Formats: sequence, C-alpha cells, structure tokens
Amino acid sequence: MSELRFEQVTVRYGTGRHAHIAADGVDLVVPSGHVVGLVGESGSGKSTLARAAVGLVAPTAGKILLDGKPVPRRGRRPLQMVFQDPYASLDPRMTAGESIAEAIGRGAVAGRSARREEATRLTDLVGLPPGTVDRFPGELSGGQRQRVALARALAGRPDVIIADEITSALDVSTQGAVLNLVRELQRELSLSMLFISHNLAVVRYVADYVAVMYQGRIVEHGPAERVLLEPEQPYTRQLLAAVPRPGTRIDVTADGGDDERAAAVT
Amino acid sequence: MARSTSGNGRARTARLRRVLGTPAGSSAAVLLGIVALLAIFAPILWSSDASAIDTSSILQGPSARHWVGTNGLGQDVFYQVLVASRLSVGLALAATGIGVACGLLLGTAPLIVGRRAGRFITSVINIAVAFPALLLALFFAIIFGIGAQGALLAIGFASAPAFARLVRTLSASVAGLDYIAAARIAGVSRFRLLTRHVLPNIGETLIVNATMAAGDALLSFAGLSFLGLGVQPPSYDWGQLLNNGLQGIYTRPAAAIAPGVAVVVAGLAFNLFGEALAAGLGVSPQNITAGVLGRLRGALAASAARAAAAEPPPSARTVPADSVLVVSNLEVAFPGGVHPVRGISFAVRRGEAVGVVGESGSGKSLTALAVSRLLERPARVSATEVTLLGRDVLAEAGRGRAAGAMSDRGLRRFLGTKAGLVFQDPMTSFNPVKRVGAQLAEVAAVHHGLSRRQAGARAVDRLRAVRIPRPEHRARQFPHELSGGMRQRAMIGMAVMGEPALVIADEPTTALDVTVQRQVLRLLKSIQADGDMALLFISHDITVVGQVCDRVLVMYAGKIVENLPVGQLTDASHPYTRALLAAVPSMETPRDRPLAVIPGRPADPANLPAGCAFAARCAFASDRCRAEDPPLVADLAGREVACWHVDAVLAGAPTAVAGAEALTADPESAGPAPISGEVA
Repeated sequence: MSELRFEQVTVRYGTGRHAHIAADGVDLVVPSGHVVGLVGESGSGKSTLARAAVGLVAPTAGKILLDGKPVPRRGRRPLQMVFQDPYASLDPRMTAGESIAEAIGRGAVAGRSARREEATRLTDLVGLPPGTVDRFPGELSGGQRQRVALARALAGRPDVIIADEITSALDVSTQGAVLNLVRELQRELSLSMLFISHNLAVVRYVADYVAVMYQGRIVEHGPAERVLLEPEQPYTRQLLAAVPRPGTRIDVTADGGDDERAAAVT
Repeated sequence: MARSTSGNGRARTARLRRVLGTPAGSSAAVLLGIVALLAIFAPILWSSDASAIDTSSILQGPSARHWVGTNGLGQDVFYQVLVASRLSVGLALAATGIGVACGLLLGTAPLIVGRRAGRFITSVINIAVAFPALLLALFFAIIFGIGAQGALLAIGFASAPAFARLVRTLSASVAGLDYIAAARIAGVSRFRLLTRHVLPNIGETLIVNATMAAGDALLSFAGLSFLGLGVQPPSYDWGQLLNNGLQGIYTRPAAAIAPGVAVVVAGLAFNLFGEALAAGLGVSPQNITAGVLGRLRGALAASAARAAAAEPPPSARTVPADSVLVVSNLEVAFPGGVHPVRGISFAVRRGEAVGVVGESGSGKSLTALAVSRLLERPARVSATEVTLLGRDVLAEAGRGRAAGAMSDRGLRRFLGTKAGLVFQDPMTSFNPVKRVGAQLAEVAAVHHGLSRRQAGARAVDRLRAVRIPRPEHRARQFPHELSGGMRQRAMIGMAVMGEPALVIADEPTTALDVTVQRQVLRLLKSIQADGDMALLFISHDITVVGQVCDRVLVMYAGKIVENLPVGQLTDASHPYTRALLAAVPSMETPRDRPLAVIPGRPADPANLPAGCAFAARCAFASDRCRAEDPPLVADLAGREVACWHVDAVLAGAPTAVAGAEALTADPESAGPAPISGEVA
C-alpha cells in the first residue's frame, strides 16, 4: 500500500541540438491500491516515465516520490516493472524459477530451498502449472512467459507495479487471460499500479484512473469513467475514436485530420 | 543445477550434434582430436627418441631410420616435430587464454565501473584495436624479453584488444535487453548481472572466436620462434624447428617442411573447428545479430530476385473471370512430419478484401508466405492449384513449361509486379542504409524499365499516394528517420509501386499503436478501393479484420475452420470464431466480469490430436469431435464451416457470454456459454 507520485518530472535525452525531451514536467499520482492507466501513442513518453520511476533512466528534473520519500535505489526495491516483450524480458539461459528467485529479496527469504519454494508459490499464484520453475523461457508460450515476468515482479514484494504495454506482444486470446490475472492480483494484493498501454479498451478494463499523455505531457487526467465517457481534450477523443469497434467498418472517406497531425508529430 | 535435465541442456546437445554432424564439422573435430592427442601423448611416448643424440648421423636427409632426417646433433627431426606439438599447442592455448581473460576484464569493465569510467575504457579498447596484432606482439616480445615466457605474454596481450572489443560489443548488446533491465530493477548487483546474465549469453560467440584465435596464436608463435624471439634452445617448438630446418633448406628440405606442415595442420584444425562451431551454433564470428532476420532475408531475397529479373512480362493467359488468387489444397510441411498448413482452399476475387485470422501457430502467415513464394527450404509447399491472375505461381522451374508454368525468373518477376507485400515490421523490411525513395525507385526502374529520373518521380508519387506529407523530402530520408507509422506507409507505397492485382498484408498494424493503426488501415482500405485491388489481410485481431475486410477466413491448426462474410461475424457458426470475437476487449466490455478467454493452448502442429484440433478447447466438443475431423462444408449462401455441432453453436448463447463459472457447465448440453473462463 503505497502512493507513487511524479512531481514535475522531466527527462531529456541527449544534449544541445540533438536533445529530445521525452517527458516534460509530468505531474502524476498513482494513489495507494489503485490502478492508473497511462495512455498515449508511441513516442508520447509513457515508457520513459516508467523507466524513470524504476531508475533505468535518471530524470533531468523533478522528483519521483514513494509515500512522500524518494524511491530507494538500494536494498529492497519497492517498485517493480513488467515489460512489453516477454521474449526479451526473460534471460533465455535461466529457468523460470531462477529468474523469479533472483528477484526475491535476500533479506526476505534466506536459503536456496526456501527461495525455490517461494518461486514455486509465486508461479502458482500467477496460475502457471506446477513444474514451470524448472522450465526455460524457450519452452513457454508468450502468455506463460508474461506470467513468469509477473511472478518475478511480485517476488520483490513490491508496493507499486509498473506494467508497460504488457499485453501488446500477446495474441488476443492470451491477452484476456493475462489481463484477468493482473486485475485479480491487483485486487488480492491491493497493489498500486501504473498500467501503460496504447489500447484504450485494455486500459479501460483495468484502470481506476486514466491519464492521457501526448508529446511528453499529461494532457488529461481523471477517473476512468469520466475520461473515457466525457473526454475533455480533443486528443483523448481522437484516441477513443481510434479504438477498433466490433461490427464497424473503417471509414475511408474520413477526414485527413489525424493524418496531418501525425505528420506534424513525426 | 537442474540445467542438465532441462530443455536447454537438450538443445545444447542437439546443437553440438549439429556441429559434429556436418562433414566439415566432423573432420575438423577429428583433426583437432589428433592434434590434442599428439600434444598430450607425444612427449610421453617419444621424448627419448627425440632427444637421443647420435653423433654418427648428424644433418642427414630423410631415410628409413629418420623419416625427415636429423639435425646438427643427430637428433631425429620427425620425433622432434611430434614432441614439439605439446609446447606449440600449449603455448597457443595459454596465449589465447591470456587474451580472452584480459579481453573479458577490459570488455566487461564498462558494465561494472559506471558510465564515465566505462566510456574511457571503451575508448582505450578502440585505440588498442587500431594497432595490428602482430606489431603489438613484436613490441611486447621485445619488452617482455626473448624466450617462451616473453612470447607467451606478448601474443596473449597482443590478442587482448580484439577480444576486449568483441566482449564489449557483445555485452553492450546483451546489456540493452529487457531482462537485464528487469534484473537491475530487482536489485541484482552489477557483478552478478555480469556473471549470471551477460556472460552466459555471450559465451557461445566468445568460444567460437577463441577457438579460431587459438589457430592464429599458433601461427604467431611459430612466427616469433622462427624469428628467434620465441622459444629458445634447448627447448623447441614448431617455429624453432622451422628455423633450424631452414638453415639447410636446399640440402635437406624435409627438416623444414615437416614442422611447417605441423603448423599448418594444427592451425587449420583450430580454424575449421571454429568455423564449424560457428555454423552449428548459429553465431557468425564477430557478429551476433546474424540469423535474427530470417524472415526479412526471405523478403529481401525475393525483392532482390525481383530486381534481378528484368525481362518483359510474358503475355497473359486467360484469366478466370473474377478471381485474382485461387488456392486449392495448399499444404506446407517441415521435416519431421510437421504440417503447419494442412490442405486449405480459398479464392480472392478482384477488388475483394479477405481477412485471415487465427492465433499464433494457426498457419496464417505461412499461408501468405507460401502464396507469395517466400517460403524456402526446409519448408515444402504443395498444392493442387495456386494461381494468381490465372497463372500457376507454384510451378517449379524444373516441372516443365506446360500448363502455364513459366521460368523461375519470369515467375518472380510476375509476382513482383502483380502482388505487393506488406510485413509487420517495416524497419526490418527496408534496407537501413538506403534512402527510402531509392528503395522504391529500384522496383520501378527494374520492372517498368523507367529511367532513374522517372523511377524517382514514380517513387515520390507513390509516397504521396500513401499520404506521406512532403514526399519529396521523405524520399531522401533513411528508413530510421521515419516513424513506425510512416515506415509502414512507405512499405505500402513500395507494395503498390507496380499496379498489383493483389496486396498481401501480414499483420501490417500489429507493431503500431491504435491511432497509427487506424491511419494505416484506412490507407490500405482506400488504396484497395481506389485501385480495384484485392487484399489478403492477415491478423490475429478479428475486430481489425472486421473493420477492413469483406470476408473472413478463420484458421485453426493449419486448416480453415470457417469462411464467412464480415457482416455475419456476429452469428458465426464455429465455436473458435466466436471465441476469437469474444476475446477482444472493446469499449463496451463489462468491467465487472473477467474477460473472455480461450481455454488451453493452441494446438501444436507437431503433435495434432485425432479428430477436430479445436476439440480440447471447445465447450461443445463431443466424442465424435475427438474421433473425426469435421470437413469444411458450404451452405447454400456460400458460407463454409468445419464443425459437427453447428446447430448447437447457433442455438447457444451469443458470443458475449464469458466468465469462469461457464467452465462448470456441461459442455455437451450446448449450455449457455460456448466460451468459458480460462483454465490457466
């Protein structure tokens, strides 16, 4: 149970003429025990924010606070992250059990067999069949790998989990199962979660609050129902319109408006 | 560790078998084995023979007693060559060891010491690599003094920069991967990151390169000893023997040739074995990215072949009235009895957009690749008919020219102009070092015999047609300067450079976010509608297919299980189609219930069950389903479905029903929910 707070976070890559501001003075709060969905197109800075939170990139300015204090970078890691591509986020030469055990805090569980037991418990928790701890990623399907990645994130007994596009590399059929699991776990363990996705239908399903990011800034933020049903910003409306709806056809004659806008962005 | 019993262990032995299974691999291994045995046993067996001084027969030529003659002390040179193998090989291995150890230290240090110091070390490595290794070896040999030890250190240190650079490059590429980031977030120390994650994942490449470097070290030692800088008498290695032998090269050439041959054979053994390892393990020396781009290579090979063929198109044969593409009984097989595509038949009419949906492994992408002739060995493609605009496109070059078959070149040329291809990842489909416009223009220059200027103009025109703003400017840019959506547009532009009758798009929007996806879909659709062009659209997302296509082919385990118009998707008759539809969350999905999922895992093409392949995951499955594979049956309206329980499915609940509780329902009762909650 912890609150994650971004205060005026700016991340700049490069210097001088080649500088690129990926996040520009972002203020965002992930309330304790709630899920904040962060949406936006590729390049809007969503992943940069996630990487800054877990310390993979250093913010150029601003603060990232956990319960009002700077996120500790040593010892137990209260922030854990699940990555987009389960084919890249697991070491191909470590068994699922070894990957999970590695993330278990040294102080929390001592001893090899105890850690293995804990890893087995976690695979069970994420709904993997018994024996998965001894399997290598190459022997697992995409959905199973993503469950292992979730178990690894949980192994650190985190207060906040950051999920970065965790279903966009999965088949639709597997996506549903992983989303169900994420929702269940979040409720059971009352985790705070920053759930990043470009797919509004997915975010709508898991998030309590929705923040919309565009060109490094949060342009709209509020309870999920409000943002998705009564969006205030044109960009949010545009994102909503882009979600494929069953039984509808793509409108060929539609305005070229968003095309032009994309041109301006790139 | 459990590793020996694991899949990785199995995979490793399989790979080793692959290395030794080839003629080159096995002969290199045998050669290396002989060299190793000699190095171990020759000094034990023949030391006394080699050192026996016989003053009565000094400096003799080859004879029955002394095969390659004797030296100034009357010692037998042949035995000396054999005995010298231990010192020569041993020194080479030790030097390589020093090189690898220093290389590892230097190359991995940037990961340990932090950014600024790391950058400094990297620069030092880069500067050191600039000096030729032999020059460094000579330099070090002088510093460390003449003799075996000096030469060992000299050659060891001289090879260190190359290894350091290799380790640095390999570890930097591994360190950028997500699993390293994940371990860092988990609080794993830098040192442990190195030993547990980085080193195991660069080991294979390193071993391959070290093996080959050992061969080089052997040669370097022979060189130093030959120059008198290496091993000093009374000990001797091959280089020193060569030096001795050379003094009498005109009178007794055998004494010089024998150690020379030994050096060559041992050097070859190391190098050949290294090559065989590299080939078998799938690492190319100095390059770990090879093999990643398998599919791309297929595509590029095809476009290269397209570009290579420049003859005018053969005159058209009679085209069936309405069909652009006709496929019947298409099968794709891989060695080992794996059939990922099992006899599918379909046709695409002029101007029609047909979607192919299914999960990963359903065979949908293989179907697309087979139709566009992009599948290469070991895949085997067979069909009773695959015709594009009435031409047989599966005809093998050797199968004769009858019945519309044409030459391979002509065929590829025909496919190149009449079928366009769009792949999932436009970054890997473009050549990264050529300008976008030039890549498009190449197609037109070759196919339509346009001049460079005309082809360039056509490329700009096509970029404009795919609604790329400022096309003149974009044409001069490189692929990496374009955003993902832009690149995919350019890819579509490339596909329509000719006047294709059919565009095959394989997951064209899967790598894109929703906003860009919509733009690309709109573009594909409008180009298709404007140009009266047929579209074969492959996707795992049935909602997207429903937005773009007129008709949907649903594939499962290599077969078409349902074929129906998009408008009738909501009353699909196959449980799998319904499951796919229900699995996509939409803006209307109830938030308070679990999302619908398809229980179980997709069927394994290598291990298909008897009967219907979907039975194990199907709520309607009966004993009949598990025994007999249902055929694809057409109804009066032209819809096709392969299911024994169509009536029950149609009578059952609509697709939106989901939830874990449905699992408990009796599957035979055609109960309320055909799609059940997940059994993980």
